[in-house]
Amino acid sequence: MSDITQILLIIGLPFIAFLLLGIFGNSSTLLKNSAGIIGTSLMAISCFFAIQIASGYFLSPSHASGEAFSPSIVFKYVWLNFGSGKSIDIGAFVDPISAMMLVVVTFISLMVHIFSLGYMKGEERFATYYAFLGLFTFSMLGLVISANIFQIYIFWELVGVSSFLLIGYYFQKPSAVAASKKAFIVTRFADLGFLIGILTLGFYSETFDFQELIARLSNHQTPQFLAIASASFLGLSALTWGLVLVFIGGAGKSAMFPLHIWLPDAMEGPTPVSALIHAATMVVAGVFLVARLFPIFALSDQAALNIVAYIGIISALFAAIIACTQTDIKRVLAFSTMSQIGYMMFALGVSGYGGEEGAGFSASMFHLFTHAFFKSLLFLGAGSIIHMVHSNEMGDMGGLRKYMPITHIAFLIACLAISGIPPFAGFFSKEAILHAAHQSHPGIYYLGLFTSMLTAFYMFRLYFSIFWSKESKDHSHHSEGTWSMKIPLIILSIASILVGFVPFSSYVSSDGLGLESHLDWMFSIAPVSLAFLGIGFAAYLYLKENDKPESIANSLGSIFTWVKHKFYIDELYLFITKKVIFNLFGKPAAWIDKNIIDGFYALSADITTAVSFSIRGIQSGKVQGYALYFFGGILGLAILFIYIMN
Amino acid sequence: MNLLFLLIVPFLTALGVLAAKGLKQVRTVSFIGAALQLLLAFYLLVQYQQIHVEGDGMLMYFEQSFAWFPSLGISFHIGVDGISIAMILLTSLVVVAGILVSYGMEHLHKEFFFLLILLSLGAYGFFIALDIFTLFFFLEVAVIPKFLLIGIWGSGNKEKSAMKLALMLMGGSALIFVGLIGTYYYSNPGGARTFSLMELANGGIPLQAQLIFFPFLFAGFGVFTALFPFHTWVPDGHSSAPTAASMFLAGISMKLGGYGCLRVATFLMPVAAEQYAWIIILLATIAIIYGAFATLMQTDLKYINAYSSISHCGFVLLGIGMLNKVAITGAVMQMVSHGLMTALFFAAIGMMYSRTHTRLLAQLGGLLKVMPFISSIFIIAGLCSLGLPGFSGFVSEMTVFVGAWQNPDFWYRLATILSCASIVVTAVYILRAAGKSVMGPIVNQDHLKLSDALWNEKVAAVVLLSAIVIIGVAPFVLTDLLSPGTDVLMAKLLK
Amino acid sequence: MISVGLTHILILSTCLFFIGMYGFFTRRNLITLLMSVELMLNSVNINFAAFNKYLFPEKLDGIFFNVFIITIAAAEAAVAIAIIINLYRSHNSIDVEDAGEMKY
Repeated sequence: MSDITQILLIIGLPFIAFLLLGIFGNSSTLLKNSAGIIGTSLMAISCFFAIQIASGYFLSPSHASGEAFSPSIVFKYVWLNFGSGKSIDIGAFVDPISAMMLVVVTFISLMVHIFSLGYMKGEERFATYYAFLGLFTFSMLGLVISANIFQIYIFWELVGVSSFLLIGYYFQKPSAVAASKKAFIVTRFADLGFLIGILTLGFYSETFDFQELIARLSNHQTPQFLAIASASFLGLSALTWGLVLVFIGGAGKSAMFPLHIWLPDAMEGPTPVSALIHAATMVVAGVFLVARLFPIFALSDQAALNIVAYIGIISALFAAIIACTQTDIKRVLAFSTMSQIGYMMFALGVSGYGGEEGAGFSASMFHLFTHAFFKSLLFLGAGSIIHMVHSNEMGDMGGLRKYMPITHIAFLIACLAISGIPPFAGFFSKEAILHAAHQSHPGIYYLGLFTSMLTAFYMFRLYFSIFWSKESKDHSHHSEGTWSMKIPLIILSIASILVGFVPFSSYVSSDGLGLESHLDWMFSIAPVSLAFLGIGFAAYLYLKENDKPESIANSLGSIFTWVKHKFYIDELYLFITKKVIFNLFGKPAAWIDKNIIDGFYALSADITTAVSFSIRGIQSGKVQGYALYFFGGILGLAILFIYIMN
Repeated sequence: MNLLFLLIVPFLTALGVLAAKGLKQVRTVSFIGAALQLLLAFYLLVQYQQIHVEGDGMLMYFEQSFAWFPSLGISFHIGVDGISIAMILLTSLVVVAGILVSYGMEHLHKEFFFLLILLSLGAYGFFIALDIFTLFFFLEVAVIPKFLLIGIWGSGNKEKSAMKLALMLMGGSALIFVGLIGTYYYSNPGGARTFSLMELANGGIPLQAQLIFFPFLFAGFGVFTALFPFHTWVPDGHSSAPTAASMFLAGISMKLGGYGCLRVATFLMPVAAEQYAWIIILLATIAIIYGAFATLMQTDLKYINAYSSISHCGFVLLGIGMLNKVAITGAVMQMVSHGLMTALFFAAIGMMYSRTHTRLLAQLGGLLKVMPFISSIFIIAGLCSLGLPGFSGFVSEMTVFVGAWQNPDFWYRLATILSCASIVVTAVYILRAAGKSVMGPIVNQDHLKLSDALWNEKVAAVVLLSAIVIIGVAPFVLTDLLSPGTDVLMAKLLK
Repeated sequence: MISVGLTHILILSTCLFFIGMYGFFTRRNLITLLMSVELMLNSVNINFAAFNKYLFPEKLDGIFFNVFIITIAAAEAAVAIAIIINLYRSHNSIDVEDAGEMKY
């Protein structure tokens, strides 16, 4: 089978699932009942081909002989032509990162599809749910294989809307509706930056094609580079503006500070959805975007890259601090996601281009890869717990290890992985990131180290409160869920243990040439021991039911309240939107329209009425009066013609 | 193809409607007529694509000319190019959908359908006219039915809205007429005066005359397409109109203005267009931003869509004002896209209104549960409105943006950025409307008894939606159609 | 004996015209008004005949106009009397002051 067919099948099958289930799913009972099976099997085929494509790409003989991985364009069609070399193309662009993403997206999506068979069973809009999952997977796959910066924007918007639809899946819950709106609008706001960034980059580089764009803007001799670097606005070059604006788009989708506010609320969606979209795939789109344009960032504009690095580390630290205080299990995971994506971002930010310099790039992608597995495992585990307990609050859990052994083990593995304990997957990728940061940006390194300790703490705080501590309710009559829910947990647990051993950097690197991966055991001592410290502290506080956490919280006083309320950033946004946007722009606009502009027309109508009212007396209704005007007129005309005109 | 069929078919349909008895016959006759129109429009497209050869230098196809009033140089001259064909297709789609959603119109049904058909006749005549007097004639034909449609079958403060709409559109017509007469008097210096579009374009109009009469023509047509500050008929007119009339108004009538701005004002007076471009862009940007913000505060679904139309039509004018090929192509695409999308939106709102008898956000809620089809259509129309890829709104807006960005001037860039920013506000008001009306808990328990769409409503929605999706998924179909027409325009502009 | 010249006839017709005009302005009865209008028309008629005879005796244009005006006067009388009768039916009066509905 040719590559084109395979790629088309990979992205087409989920789309077929979407069309089939979305249009006919609710009208035909047969389809409705078998929606899960249809969606899952189509996804399985898609996943199979994705793995085939990726293995074919990574294990190609040419690479074995030491050649660099070269990007290949499987197909490309002009979709919308703007003339003068600019066009939106729809194509498939396969390079190491997109091949890797193909596997991650299809695999996690498959796991979520399987998990949902049990989790969403009996839902009224079951077929719709699978349709939306199909739409999301399609869009995400389209995004990762984009050959054109506008193509990525198209799919970017599509993943946004599928996220909106899935968060708002329980559309009768006002909180879900509010969360879906918030997610869409905040990311849309960021997309505005992305769009203007695209327009700027496209205008100066005279192309929207990724390969040409990168080639033209990362080479300092091309006329396009000279044009974009010399054009300046407010003291920054157009290149910096373009890249920063594109990064804002990425930051919005990846929930980077301060555009992160939608992510915790997005947890209103069904939990498997959170696992797929808001943990493993869509939220890393921002990282993917920066990685896609990485040569331009790294070779041409250090300023923009520094912004990436600082935003990344701020988000990582900020989210980790908040995660320590949250009590909703999904919100903890959401903040942890944000924190981990912060890691990936700053890893890109500290990286250089090519060779050892580019280790940060590989590390970032590696973390993206491993994170997808253990974070989706955490979310699916959380889903399994919520399915049983019917609550998101940690307070309603406790002592669950006896009732759900498989979930317990899976969750533990995932927690160990995210905390960076060897030999679990997270350890390897986090080590690589810290190692990269250590060399070029020591400040970021120390903050990253501290964050990794916090990570271990809040993850085990979660773990101990759920599975240990004291039993808050009697759960003995509940069961752990169907096998369709357990199997994904088992598979992902195995993956979370094993994927760390993939020699990742030899496959994925900034310049395509493999990088020898090496592990510096001496270097690992600090992060690992800090992680153990965090775990120990969590065990001290949460293993057994006690009042220590509360007394600590009380002693921290207002600081704790601030953190617990997520530094009141939500409230700030609410103030800006509700008070400022609506009152300062919306209301005046509506008022002006109603009173001034419309008032002007009403006034002109009134004046016309008033004038005609005042002269209506002439129309007296008296025939003789009219006759008088008539004769007067004739007399006047006679005088005019006889005396004046002559 | 003989373009006269585009006029004969609606004319015969109108006669047939007058002869028919009872609602059933009337609506069947109207539907058959509208379906024939749609077939004709598609046939026209096919024919055009068969005879059109890239770069054959033909400006217009299927031309026909009859002397009408030779001593004044008025002739009944008709012909089409890609731009007109796109508009004709849009019109025929909206007409079919509009007639389908009015199937339940009991009150004075004969007159209602007659006026709808008459309106479409005016629109077809307008789009095929190549003589600016004929064009003006058909423009007026399309205005009068609106007054009656709103005044008789409307809701709310219908008399006032009908009066306001008719007066403002007539005011626009008056401006256009002044522009036409001016164009006529300064046409073809030294030779015979003419109203013929092509001869006017070839002969050229003296610069002084252009500078004086361009504003008349542009503002006059601008009134039709909600040019700020001549837009206030839009909210009142749309919200008082019955569903089909709203669809026609937003889907067809507002496009008459955009088409006129492009085909008459800009095409005949390119130098003046360049001189006044900054004013057009300024007004368009104001309309885009201001329309979007004004939409935020509306509580009536029809007002929301009407104000958003002001914002969306701003993109049409922005594209025209940028005066480059990409932006103008985008402007025409936006006309087509907005026509389809708003018609769909109004259709969905009308279907909800006919069941719930309210359009106020506060009284709606959770309709997705009771009427999934209508609510899905509403959400899809909303998503199209906020420019989601896969729907026509995205491609047209992006084309306008890419075209607008080509001008490196700071103020033009600023206008473009502000216009881009409106897509965020659009998202806010669309999601606000969708969140309050179709999502959320059910507010009124009586709504639980309501039924979903009937077959005619489903067909209407699917017709419009499929056109939206086709343009959204395969925009090259539309751009290929428009490209020769915009090339001709650009050749004039660059001269 | 002074022969009757154009001036005499014009004086007659002017008198007739102003008598008609006076009647039209002072009377309230519609039939009287109609009669006044007839007077004015006839004064014009006399003018036409007189001018024709004295200024262009070889032409017949003035006489044609006479015929024309007489026809119009007949038609006018028919229409006017029909209006007056209808007015009487609806208002029970033929006073012009009573029919004031058509004012503003």
